[in-house]
Amino acid sequence: MTTNPTSRHPHSVSADRKRILRRVGTFMSYAGISLVALLFLFPFFWMVSNAVRSNAEVMAVPVHILPEEYQWGTFVDAFVSLPFGTFLLNSIIVACGVTAIVVAVSCLSAYAFARLRFPGREGLLLTYLSTLMIPQVMLVIPLFLLVSKLGWINTYHGMILPVAFSSFGTFLLRQFILGIPKDLDEAAMMDGASRLRILVTVIVPLAMPAIGLLSLFTFIAQWKSFLWPLIATSGVEKATLPLGLTLFQTQQGTSWNYIMAGATISMLPGVILAIVMQRIIYKGISVGSGFGGR
Amino acid sequence: MSQSAVAEIPLQPGQPRRFLMPETQTAMLFLLPSFLGFMIFMALPILASLALSFTNWQLISTPSFVGFQNYIKLFTVDPAFYTILRNTLFFAVEYLALNIAVSLTLAVWISSLKRGKAIFRVIFFLPTFTPTIAASVVWLLIFTPDGLADAVIRALGLGLPNFLLNPTWAMQAIILVTLWANVGYNVVMFNAALDLVPKHYLEAATIDGANAWQQFWRIRLPLISPTVFFATVMTAITSLQVFDEIFAMTRGGPGSATATLGFAIYQKGFTNFQMGYASALAWVMFVMIMALTILQFHMQRKWVHYDD
Repeated sequence: MTTNPTSRHPHSVSADRKRILRRVGTFMSYAGISLVALLFLFPFFWMVSNAVRSNAEVMAVPVHILPEEYQWGTFVDAFVSLPFGTFLLNSIIVACGVTAIVVAVSCLSAYAFARLRFPGREGLLLTYLSTLMIPQVMLVIPLFLLVSKLGWINTYHGMILPVAFSSFGTFLLRQFILGIPKDLDEAAMMDGASRLRILVTVIVPLAMPAIGLLSLFTFIAQWKSFLWPLIATSGVEKATLPLGLTLFQTQQGTSWNYIMAGATISMLPGVILAIVMQRIIYKGISVGSGFGGR
Repeated sequence: MSQSAVAEIPLQPGQPRRFLMPETQTAMLFLLPSFLGFMIFMALPILASLALSFTNWQLISTPSFVGFQNYIKLFTVDPAFYTILRNTLFFAVEYLALNIAVSLTLAVWISSLKRGKAIFRVIFFLPTFTPTIAASVVWLLIFTPDGLADAVIRALGLGLPNFLLNPTWAMQAIILVTLWANVGYNVVMFNAALDLVPKHYLEAATIDGANAWQQFWRIRLPLISPTVFFATVMTAITSLQVFDEIFAMTRGGPGSATATLGFAIYQKGFTNFQMGYASALAWVMFVMIMALTILQFHMQRKWVHYDD
């Protein structure tokens, strides 16, 4: 940065200038993207900021950016006066249930597709792959009819089973298992291990990165899910958090502060997971783009 | 590969020819759960949906076969259908263009930074991990009459109406919210692809005097074009199905300004209980998704470069 008197000729001045310009450019770049990022985060701030106001203050004109009076008790009140506890529990049960089934079923089928030889394997794999194209709303009507015929409306299995068979997991894990050396299977087979034992003791531990990614994405997809819980339930008893948020808009009038408190609670797991697992998500998405499917 | 794979295992002479090899039996056992789930919750519903679309079923009556009547009614009688179709296409086209433009810009921007890439990636990704309904409810509060959006519009002197109460602007609000909620996925994906572009390509271009703009269009974009293609196809498929934001924020309104196919299928099926008619709508959506995907695969030859 310091200018050397001996180098005070035009060339060096322009070099200095270039360096300064580059620094200014870098600063502007960071300032710009920070501003965009702040705008992006603003709805989160607005949500929390309105969750800790009285409902009267939420609706007050003119709008205040920060609450005049912080009412942290809203979070407790929302749980006491509205069945947010039930919604939270339902969300956890459904998301965990679907994730457990998807992981177990995908491990089995991915192993079969990656390691076992049987007639019609490629054809079946292609059929599975093609199901990724089916829009969810197309299945929703017949699935509703099926589930109501079975008497599964307002049951956990009715909410879990119809959405627990996605071929995405089969592909993700199959691709990963293909990368695991076959020698390991064969060594275990020499020791007399069954295929199931090989899957559980050899493949699953090695495929943990892919299984973790599948669990993460399945859990979040179910945590976010709205259409199927909306159709597979009626009333508040088995409603999940997203469903609960829309129920309050209509049934209780609109207690905006409670809804914002509920929205905050429903966003927390995703926000925490996104921050904690950011490295895995980054890697997973870059791998995922290679073979098609979210 | 699989056809020959079975024949590879030599049969012992004199051993009876068994139809199912032990390995095949194991495979069937391993595939049974996913296959059953696939048949019951995927294949059967698809067939049922197709069959339903040819019936007139209002849930209380017994279904009666009506041939193509639902489809004919859609395209000739139903006055709402073309509105729904236009809304869906309008949403999909504008949303897709904005999503790719914004996510590419942000991804290039982030990849140009020396420090803090992970922080910005997480920030833009956060909304994709939050329930769309929760996000929509927050934006609903922002857009509420005399709420924050109106205050900002007034402060800036823009003279715009309340977005959700205005037929022209309501769809723009839905697009904005959907963009905010989903753009992060493509940002992270493009950012990952850009970080994989070999540094020496860009260094060579710099020596040749290419500026940043030329480097982007001539080197980086062609190199990440397979990723951009994949993202475009996936984003288009999901955008044709938009539902959550519309349900939470406008319920298709004002009037039918934001009624899209996804919302119409829900409304016809679960509010009016016209299961046959709703199924026909669902098949229209499916055909649109297939057509768009085929079109995109057809067009990829023009702009997607694969490294061979």
